[in-house]
Order: sequence, then structure tokens, then C-alpha cells
Amino acid sequence: MASVSEAKSLVLDRITHRFASGTMAVSDINLDVKGGEIIALLGPSGCGKTTLLRIIAGFIGQSEGRVIIGNDVVDALPPNRRAVGIVFQNYALFPHLSISENVGYGLAARGVDKATRAKEAQRLLDMVQLGPFGERLPRQLSGGQQQRVALARALAIKPSILLLDEPFAALDKNLRLDMQIEVKRLQRMAGTTTLIVTHDQEEALSMADRVAVLSHGHLEQFGTPSEIYDQPQTLFVNSFVGTANKMKGVVVATDASGAKVALEAGGEIIARAPKPVSASDKVTVCLRPEHLTFVTDDTGFAGEIGMALPLGATVVHEIKAKDGTSIKISQARTGGTPLREAGTPVRVAPLAPGLATVFPE
Amino acid sequence: MKSATTAPGDVTSFSLGLALPLGLAFAIFFVLPLAQLFYLSLHNDTAATVWGLGQYIKFLTDPFSLAVLGSTLLLGAEVTLACLVLGYPIAWLYQRSGSRVQTLIIMIVLLPLLTSVVVRTFAWIVILGRQGIINSVLQSLGLIGTPLRMIYTQGGLIAALAQVQMPLMVLPLITAIGRIDPNLSDASASLGAGSWRTFVKVMLPLSMPGIIAGCTLTYAAAITAFITQSLVGGGQMLFMPMYLYQQASTLQNWPFAAAISIIFLFAVLAIVALFSTLGRRARGYGDAR
Repeated sequence: MASVSEAKSLVLDRITHRFASGTMAVSDINLDVKGGEIIALLGPSGCGKTTLLRIIAGFIGQSEGRVIIGNDVVDALPPNRRAVGIVFQNYALFPHLSISENVGYGLAARGVDKATRAKEAQRLLDMVQLGPFGERLPRQLSGGQQQRVALARALAIKPSILLLDEPFAALDKNLRLDMQIEVKRLQRMAGTTTLIVTHDQEEALSMADRVAVLSHGHLEQFGTPSEIYDQPQTLFVNSFVGTANKMKGVVVATDASGAKVALEAGGEIIARAPKPVSASDKVTVCLRPEHLTFVTDDTGFAGEIGMALPLGATVVHEIKAKDGTSIKISQARTGGTPLREAGTPVRVAPLAPGLATVFPE
Repeated sequence: MKSATTAPGDVTSFSLGLALPLGLAFAIFFVLPLAQLFYLSLHNDTAATVWGLGQYIKFLTDPFSLAVLGSTLLLGAEVTLACLVLGYPIAWLYQRSGSRVQTLIIMIVLLPLLTSVVVRTFAWIVILGRQGIINSVLQSLGLIGTPLRMIYTQGGLIAALAQVQMPLMVLPLITAIGRIDPNLSDASASLGAGSWRTFVKVMLPLSMPGIIAGCTLTYAAAITAFITQSLVGGGQMLFMPMYLYQQASTLQNWPFAAAISIIFLFAVLAIVALFSTLGRRARGYGDAR
């Protein structure tokens, strides 16, 4: 598609920002976003993702580093000359202007005449399936409709970069999925390089081509959704994205495939080691609930059933390990999956050796 | 025997007697004198024995009286404009400041209200007078040879009134500007609008409810400020409150004074009604959050 090839890339080059109070907001962030990609900035509140968004938009001047859109370093440009479209969390539609005027606002600021403006606004409203609503005021629209208007308004200026700040947080769950599909469709149509700021991992994993996980102002990992989920590089990513059981242990031996860890709960586990560890290191082993299974041999570790939770399509058992750690194990529910009684002694092991991950403490 | 039979919680079931004290006070001290004033104004002679519309005809055909009314209404407009132009930036600054600066701004804005009107007015005389602070500073700096005439001028009066009425303008503006979503100016900027365009197209229309409220209050207060008008304005400038006072106290022409009051009252009501009509139209979108 022609529009996709025109899409501008975005490079964040060693971005660091300190607030006036001296607090470090983001530290040494490097991101290389290809033209037309959807990127999610994922992290808990206070991780610096919104600061990063405001730096890209130009509302905050970063302390160090460069923002490069296409081939241009934009650090010296004020927000109104960066051509960065933003959809705010609360949509920030102008309450005193009609829907059509809202969408045409950016064109008016560029000196486009009234007739062309109205025509373009109508085209965009048709695109977001709000064609007949042009004359209404924002408050006469539902939340999902307002969001589509905000999106149309941002796309009207043909932005080089589109920023979405927690775009689905204010919508209820059913509408959220519809809007996620809708936004992805519109983004594909417009081919605009897009950044989504979110704290919702499902949203990030389902919408983005690549996900940047942030914690305390640091970039923890930047990769495709499956890399993030299946090969987490840090303990934070492993526990923030998806669920992880954490067990303490000591490294017994290492080889090319990973490390053999003696768990405090007893038993030994072979785990993948994204960061180098060596023998006798104290480590944390992460095990996803869906990667565990009950075994009858002497692999894995022992424990007893604490509680059984039948959650529809899956069954979750909570297990008390020998050292008191609470471990969750989740299994697909088939006809024969029995619920185990509390207090039953069991042994649990990973489905495969590479599915456990070990991080140094 | 039980007397109350209506359901609890029904507001109308509460005895209207609770509103009686305030209602009575209003009736006795406000409605009654106003009615009496109106009754008095409908007499052609000073002794109030002959009925007629003579006083109204006298006022409305007298160029001098009409000039006094006109200059009073104009004075109100000038003071209101001065307050708006000076007050808007203060309210703007308030919304963009930290809490310590906000407290300071509120203190400064409210200070005139905490001072007695007479003291405040004499302070202005000291500042603006021939040997006042401004003149002596300018003279000692060699910027002027002879003292400027500031006291007893329209300009001096506007300055004094604007200072006193400033809180009435700034407080509603602070409320109105504070209710504007700060993301709106960011949204405007990201869409390519410069700061002036953002101000004219977004901030100004959305602060309109505050502007209307502030203007109404300032206007009504400025044109009726008897003491400041008389002391800072001096003898040469005559405004409605003083004109009325002269007719009632000095000339003992009570029916004419009453007619002046009624005409003034309606002139002010007309202007307040105009403001509130504008306000209601502005509120059509200004209240939207």
C-alpha cells in the first residue's frame, strides 16, 4: 500500500528526563519504531510511559536524548509543528464545537478553507462510521463514539505519528474489544506509525506489532508480543506480563541450555537463563501456571493442594509447596480433568525444561 | 393528636413557616420600601400630594439627568472592561501556578474586600493626589515638571473602582478557567494551533460563563459605589448615586429622587438581563465537561 511506504519511522535516542523536583521520570530509553508499526508502551502507572508520550508530542522537553521522526530531529519543534496526532485518555474533544468542527479543527489551524474542511471532516466521519453525527455536540455522543471522533480528529491532520494514551481505559469491556479491532483497522487503512500507551497487557499483546515494557523509567524489554510472553528477559517482564509463580532457589550447575536450580521447596528444575548465572547463585525461578503439570515420577517439586478453582474453560489448583510458597497451576478443562481435594499430596513439574525461567536476585 | 400526615422526606410537607423569618425580613425591609419608593415617585409635587408621571417625564426630558445616567452606565462599562482585561491574566496565572502562589494571588485579590471602603478610598487619594505617591516619585525622577492631575479624573476613578471590584471579576473567572480540561489546550496544540489560536478558539469561549458572571457582578457594583465615586471622583463628576443623594437629602425633592431610583434600577436590571442572556447562550456549551 502506498500510504504505508510513506509512513514515518520514529526513533527515541537515549531519552532521559528528570522532573524539576529531580525525580528521574525516564532513563536512557532507546526505541526504534519502523514506519507503519503499532507499538505498545506497556507498564504499571508511574513507569514513565505517559512522560515518554508527552516527550514525543513535544509537551515536555526531555533532559537528554533525541526524538527523530522520519529523518528529522524534532526536539526544537513546539507541539503544534510536530504533526503528531494524539488521542487523549478522556478524548479531550472541544465541548463547544460540533463533531464536524472538532474533526476539522486541525485543518482550520492549517488554513484550509471551510468547504474543503467540511468535506474532509465528513470523509473521516464516514470512515469511523459516524457520518450522520457531524452536527452534534460531543456530549450528545456515547463514550465509544467520542473516541472515534477523537481518532478521526487526530487522523485529519495526516499525522506522521499517532499517539494513543490509554485509549480504551474508559470504555466498558465489550465495547473495548470492538474499539480495539476498529482502531487496528483504521490504523492499517491510514498506515500511520502508532504508539499506544497502556497498562493493560492483553491490550498491548493483542494490538501491537511490538511491545515496549517499561518499569520505573527503564525499558525492560522491547520485542514482539510472543517474545515478550514466551522469552521474558527480566523478572519484571515475566511477572508483569501474564502470571508467574516465583520460587526461590540456588543454581547447582549451568550449561548452554540453561541452569539447574535447587529449589528451596525441594527438588530440582532445569530453567532457561536469559541473564547469565553461575553455580551457587541465589536465583528466582519463574513458572507460568499454564506451563506446569502434575507428575507421578520424582521430577519437579512436591506440595499439597490448597484449593481448586474451576474457572470455566480452565481449572486452577493452588498448591502449597514445602517452603510455604503458594503456586498456581492452570490446566485446560477436558472432560476428564478431576478437581483435586484440598490436602492431597502432589508433585508438580514444568511441561518442558525450557518453560521455566531463572533470574539472578 | 397528630397533625403531620404527609410522608417524611417530601420537601413540600415541611412547614413553610421555616421560611417565614427571612420572608418577613425581605418583605419589611426590601419589598415594602421599594413599593413605597415607587408610590412616592408617582407624584408631581415635592409634598407628594398630586398624582402623576411628572417626575419621570422631568428626568427623561432633561438632558442633564440623562447625561448623568449615561455617564454612570459608561463608567460601569469602563470599570468592567478594566477589570476583565486586568483580571483575566490573573485568573489565568492562578490556574497555572503552584498552590503557594495560588494562595498569594487569592490573598492579593481579596485584600481590597478586607479593608474598609473609606480607608481604601483615602488610600487612593493619597496615591493619586497632587502631592501623592505617584506624582512625587515621577517628579523626583525628573520625569514630569508639574504634578499630573489624576485625582478627580475619570481615569483615577476607574483605577480606584477597578481595584475594589477586582475580586468580583477574578473569582468567577478562576472557577470558569479551572473547569476547563487542561488536555484541551494540549489537544489544540497537537492539532497544529498556535497559542493565540488556542486561546481565541478554545479557552476564551469555554471561559465565557465566568466572564459573564464576573462582568455582571463588577458592573452592578461599580455603578452603585457611592463612596468611591464621590471621594475619588470629586465634585466635578456626578453619577447616579450622588445625584440621587443630592435630590433626596439636599433638595428634599423626594418624589424626584424616588423616580431617579426607579429609573436607575430598571436601567441596571436591563443591563444585567442582557448579560445573563449572553450568559445563558454561552452556557449552552460552557457547562459541558
